Amino acid sequence: MTEAAEISLTIPYPWTRRHLLDLESLSGDEIRTLLDVADQLKQATGGCRNKISLLAGKTCANLFFENSTRTRNSFSLAAKRLGADTVEFSSAGSSTAKGETFVDTAKTIQAMGVDWVVTRHCTPGTPHLLARELECCVLNAGDGPHDHPTQGLLDILTIRQHRGRIEGLTVALVGDIAHSRTARANIWGLSKLGAHVIVCGPPTLVSERWGELGFEVAHNLDEILPRCDVLNLLRIQFERQSARPFPSVHEYANLYAMNVERMAKAKSDILIMAPGPINRGVEITPEVADGPHSVILEQVTNGIAVRMAALYLTANAPIS
Amino acid sequence: MSESLLITGGRLIDPANQIDRVASILLVDGMVASIDPKDVSADVRTIDATGKIVSPGFIDLGVEFREPGFEEDETIASGSAAALAGGFTSVLCCSSTQPCIDSPGAVEFVRQKAVQAGGVRVHVIGCLSKNRDGDQLAELGLLYEAGAVAYSDAPRPITNDALLKRALEYARMFNLPIINRPNVMSLSKGGVMHDGQVALVLGLTGLPTEAEDLAVARDVRIAEATGGRLHIGPVSTMGAVDLIRRVKDRGIPITASVCPHSLCLDDSELRSFDARFKVHPPLRSRRHIETLQAAVADGTIDAIQSGHMPRAREKKMNDLDVSPFGSASLETTLSTVATFMLSVSDMNWSKVISRLSTAPARIAGVQGGCLSVGTIADVTIIDPDVKWTVRGTDFRSRCPSTPLDGHELTARVVMTIVGGKVCFDHS
Repeated sequence: MTEAAEISLTIPYPWTRRHLLDLESLSGDEIRTLLDVADQLKQATGGCRNKISLLAGKTCANLFFENSTRTRNSFSLAAKRLGADTVEFSSAGSSTAKGETFVDTAKTIQAMGVDWVVTRHCTPGTPHLLARELECCVLNAGDGPHDHPTQGLLDILTIRQHRGRIEGLTVALVGDIAHSRTARANIWGLSKLGAHVIVCGPPTLVSERWGELGFEVAHNLDEILPRCDVLNLLRIQFERQSARPFPSVHEYANLYAMNVERMAKAKSDILIMAPGPINRGVEITPEVADGPHSVILEQVTNGIAVRMAALYLTANAPIS
Repeated sequence: MSESLLITGGRLIDPANQIDRVASILLVDGMVASIDPKDVSADVRTIDATGKIVSPGFIDLGVEFREPGFEEDETIASGSAAALAGGFTSVLCCSSTQPCIDSPGAVEFVRQKAVQAGGVRVHVIGCLSKNRDGDQLAELGLLYEAGAVAYSDAPRPITNDALLKRALEYARMFNLPIINRPNVMSLSKGGVMHDGQVALVLGLTGLPTEAEDLAVARDVRIAEATGGRLHIGPVSTMGAVDLIRRVKDRGIPITASVCPHSLCLDDSELRSFDARFKVHPPLRSRRHIETLQAAVADGTIDAIQSGHMPRAREKKMNDLDVSPFGSASLETTLSTVATFMLSVSDMNWSKVISRLSTAPARIAGVQGGCLSVGTIADVTIIDPDVKWTVRGTDFRSRCPSTPLDGHELTARVVMTIVGGKVCFDHS
């Protein structure tokens, strides 16, 4: 790894937010700014491999109250690539296990002098609660089924890098929309940039209310497949379901798994995405996951880029 | 020695006696002695209520005072103080305590604590089932003899169909109402807010309206079959209102109530993810609110109950899944109703007082609810024009959590008189 020289970033739109809590509340210009800065940082770090000291001396605390591998490591690497220090916190064996509320735990970590709290929690809205209670920047790394803004951004960044645009594309989010924070982040981010969004899955996982909000609702993947430029295949969130929303995994896979037969019905340049972790054989077969249309590993690399952008922009936002 | 109090110059509104005019009222020895008395001794204490409304004291059909067991949320003393500040002269106290109120001894405990607290009349709602487990009937007869005025497992709904039927049949012996909160638990399990577009967007588990509608349908059918006294409340959905209206049209004597928060704020408040908006029944969509408002105005919904479910500050300072349902609402009920309901078609001050006082007295079968000569002197005086801003931290209740925090409301209770004694004076 080499130490890169200082770089000058172009910020196309004035960024004023000290927190990144969701994509629903961001404007299209703000989303484009995050994507543009992410592109620049990816380039400046040689594909997110090298270090640049834009945020040297600052500290990022990862407060994860839910298990995570890729997001936690991605945020840690993003902070380190920008020269910041990191503090890792897990709820297991922590003060929350002794009865302390997560707000008090977060305040304690903040008192150690951190500049960002990156938080993941099983309950929607917890980053919003922390943003009211803390003075440092708060970045949402996933709050229950509500939102996962950096995941949405990395998905959109990956699409834009391949297609050069978002506007006018048809993107289908397939699977467990009801319990997916990735779905919600994508829905808002993509629609604000002009994509046509389809949410697809069984009615027990895809509410008709999405239609009332202006999104296309589909329950038959084979019918919409020929129109799609991008398929984002979402994992079934068994851990968040109180009752099984379909009869069996076998039946679900039969109806919704992206496989070789279905690839034959798709556009020749379709992009296959998955936020991971992927369940091979459930929402995607190995041939498709590892096939030429899959950009799953590029998504992972872009995750570091957008998290660098989020850290950089929030840290430099004016304190009101 | 007799104690007398003369209230002069106020707009006396007594829906039970169809009075709405400027009049004086004389209270002697805890009773209403006369309206517009002719000869009053000069040394009688006089309260000038000019510009104010003088009404029968408010009666709440279901508050939680949380003692014994959860004194960090509310005690009978702090709850009583909150009730008085809200203009309530009588409250029916739910059994959300530990131990619950399923024995004569438990009833007596609440009554004794209420006497010590002084002021508001605290009536006891006895448990409908033993230990509130929803399985076997509690000793309804012994609870009646101990002074219980109604039966309920509230805020827990009675989910056992057979138990509800048995209770409605059995309780006819004592002519006490059974109060049930309509909720099919298997449909609402895990829900934290109204199941609508906002919940969908926020990724929060919803409380579907069907859970309430289905429960109301079941309850009214069993009430009709048994002839028992059933009060449904609080309700919050269009479907519940529709069912109640149709059943009443058939002459079935059920009654229903609604909470003030269901008449004003909608589910979009939860976009802040602030637990003070996590209340039960949940804040629903605007269409439900408008339906409920109309139902209060036309009498389909008989009564307004505060929905006072106090929870300690530390319990509400948490994420939405963990934070309990509830808020303090005794001190804002009148103002909320006045602010949000008086602009509704066919609504007026007489109906407001009827829903807060006259109807609850009739439903619960307790004294009060009118200013007839010879009845108990429970009186609430209201300033109808004053504007004030809600600050939960100023509440007498131990719970500072309210969905109305920061809202400017119109009208406020300025004096509460129980048994002829001034127990709350805002001045």
